Amino acid sequence: MSPEPGSINLTDRIRGGVDPMVPRIYNVERIRRNNHDTFTMELNPADGGNPEPFSAGQFNMLYIFGVGEIPVSISGDPVQDGPLMHTIREVGTVTRAMARLKPGDSIGVRGPFGSHWPVELAVGTDVVIVAGGIGLAPLRPVIYQVTGNRSRYGRMVLLYGARAPKEILYQRQLKAWGGSFDMDVHVTVDRGERGWNGEIGVVTGLIRRAPLDRSGAIALICGPEIMMRFSAQELLRRGMDKDRIYVSMERNMKCGVGLCGHCQYGAKIICKDGPVYRYDDIESLLGRREV
Amino acid sequence: MFILEPDGFEKILDSLREKGYRITGPKLRDGAIVLDTIDSAASLPRGVRDHQGPGRYRLEETGDDSWFSYTLGSDSWKKLFFHPIKPLFKTTRDGGLLQIEPEPPREGLKALIGVRPCELQALAIQDKVLAEGEFVDRHYVASRKGTFIVAVNCTVPGGTCFCVSMGTGPVADRGYDISLTELGSNGATRFVARAGSPHGEELLAAASSGKAGESDLQLEAELLEAAAGNMGRSLDVEGLAAALAESGDHPRWEEVAERCQACTNCTMACPTCYCHTVEDSTDLTGSVADRTRVWDSCFTADHSYLHGGSVRETRGARYRQWLTHKLSSWHDQFGGSGCTGCGRCITWCPVGIDITEEAQAVRGTARG
Ligand SMILES: Cc1cc2nc3c(=O)[nH]c(=O)nc-3n(C[C@H](O)[C@H](O)[C@H](O)COP(=O)(O)OP(=O)(O)OC[C@H]3O[C@@H](n4cnc5c(N)ncnc54)[C@H](O)[C@@H]3O)c2cc1C
Ligand code: SF4
Ligand code: SF4
Ligand code: FES
Repeated sequence: MSPEPGSINLTDRIRGGVDPMVPRIYNVERIRRNNHDTFTMELNPADGGNPEPFSAGQFNMLYIFGVGEIPVSISGDPVQDGPLMHTIREVGTVTRAMARLKPGDSIGVRGPFGSHWPVELAVGTDVVIVAGGIGLAPLRPVIYQVTGNRSRYGRMVLLYGARAPKEILYQRQLKAWGGSFDMDVHVTVDRGERGWNGEIGVVTGLIRRAPLDRSGAIALICGPEIMMRFSAQELLRRGMDKDRIYVSMERNMKCGVGLCGHCQYGAKIICKDGPVYRYDDIESLLGRREV
Repeated sequence: MFILEPDGFEKILDSLREKGYRITGPKLRDGAIVLDTIDSAASLPRGVRDHQGPGRYRLEETGDDSWFSYTLGSDSWKKLFFHPIKPLFKTTRDGGLLQIEPEPPREGLKALIGVRPCELQALAIQDKVLAEGEFVDRHYVASRKGTFIVAVNCTVPGGTCFCVSMGTGPVADRGYDISLTELGSNGATRFVARAGSPHGEELLAAASSGKAGESDLQLEAELLEAAAGNMGRSLDVEGLAAALAESGDHPRWEEVAERCQACTNCTMACPTCYCHTVEDSTDLTGSVADRTRVWDSCFTADHSYLHGGSVRETRGARYRQWLTHKLSSWHDQFGGSGCTGCGRCITWCPVGIDITEEAQAVRGTARG
């Protein structure tokens, strides 16, 4: 007979004494425009401590005073110390309010939450990164991590699709990474414009011609759902293995910690067992309507 | 096993109250059974039974003074622990600087009287989701601690009950401090009582009128066996979770969408549904902002909203999410069914959609 069957043998197990639903306050250090609708925020804890450590691919819940809270991936370097970075596209109420923040303003941060890109699997082998639009932001930590310890990894290839040349994120960094032979950078745009003499077309076109020759390579994909599905299929056609392809999923999120029910995707709970999934784990769901 | 007479029942309530427990139990209000604070056993409904069917609920006098001939009303115990509206924290702004003041979790002794076996399972399911994962809901944990449960086995199942199919009733086998089975009526109500905890044992030892005899136990067994054979509904769960997982584009979802009003009644009445959202508001001066957690439902458009629109735009897709979550994906997520067979979603659906019927229809003609 357990001591209190009607009651529960529960302890208030909270990590590090912190309620996962209560944010930590961070101050905005600086906001940099990436393009007409995207900006990168640098934040430091208001209490003077260090930002929470994170792994590439994890996200935070960012709260704007009285306005709302949204999930946003971390776009900074997971290895080097530095401010917390988020790259955000303005699409609605909260993201627009964030774009108006000024250095010195405060926001609430909960996290980091969720699964991460399996960068450890890339040690000694090639990494193919396929990104669409804002999908490059959650993958930038992988690039930092690999370039920061370059010799541990094989070749790194970035295949990146943006809508238009002026929407390409992190332009200067892309040039630097490509120019220093740290990585093969291939960029395509949906529609060109004057002065653009690079690729035009969807990112799957880049996959078709990408240098993918080493077996055992891993591929990390982030972008709109349909782009991830077609990219994965193209990578499979190029001979990659299902269990070496990873994608990052997105659904409405209210809690980020597996309690609110919003981020369900079939049997998956994206904030908890995702957002990063091995392709074969969600293959049967991708492309199904209204899941 | 003890025998408990009505005055012993009252004694138990008295000693719980003396120990500081707040007592909640069924009450009769506006022609329905509701869960509310009760002062004494006299506040409990007597001599009523319910008639429940798809979209139908009606109480009727039994003509005797039986204590527990009715089953469940629309509200479940979850409201006591997973509060419909819960402040999370308050933010104040001083210039550009924020201060966050979390709402302190509130503990308190609660005694629940008349918890049905399926409802014990519902509590266990919510414990699993909200209090036993990697992260926990602090407010739920605090209010769920210090709960004393008097369970009542069902001798008169309702018209939408299917606990037998779900393996949750009509007999409570764990999760209670005291369980009762009502024997006889007509002025002679007595209960076979079992202790499920030392605290329950202590109260029963002091309040009972002795050990249950052979004939009492014989009668109890007969009543409970008859109840198990008297379920209003049934659901064949063998292989059901797997079949539903493959039912993505079954035409039945579109068919049920024509009837479903997306009113959210089923999810609000369901004792295991735990979906919630958060609301932010500011005071008039704009210097104080409140964040509040409120119940939500997968039948709303906002539940699956991503900028640009809802993922589950159609009612068919929302109904599919609801039913497959309850009976299929819950198994993957939490190691068991999300449905207890309580029947509330059937009774309180304004158009009488029946989960057992829909699940059967989808499974009966599942492809693959
Ligand atoms: C794991 C994860 C990582 C993300 N990482 C990034 C990132 O790095 N950069 C970036 O710009 N965006 C990212 N997003 C998308 C971002 O969360 C949405 O753009 C944002 O929520 C839109 O909020 P809004 O209030 O501006 O839009 P509105 O259209 O006004 O949305 C209203 C509300 O709906 C919800 N909502 C709307 N769209 C989304 C969405 N796509 N995902 C989740 N909830 C949503 C939010 O609660 C939002 O406040 C990520 C989403 C997820 C799930
Ligand atoms: S799904 Fe219906 S029958 Fe099952 S527990 Fe919820 S309300 Fe009760
Ligand atoms: S997703 Fe729907 S069925 Fe599942 S817990 Fe939430 S409201 Fe209930
Ligand atoms: S965001 Fe709440 S459960 Fe995933």
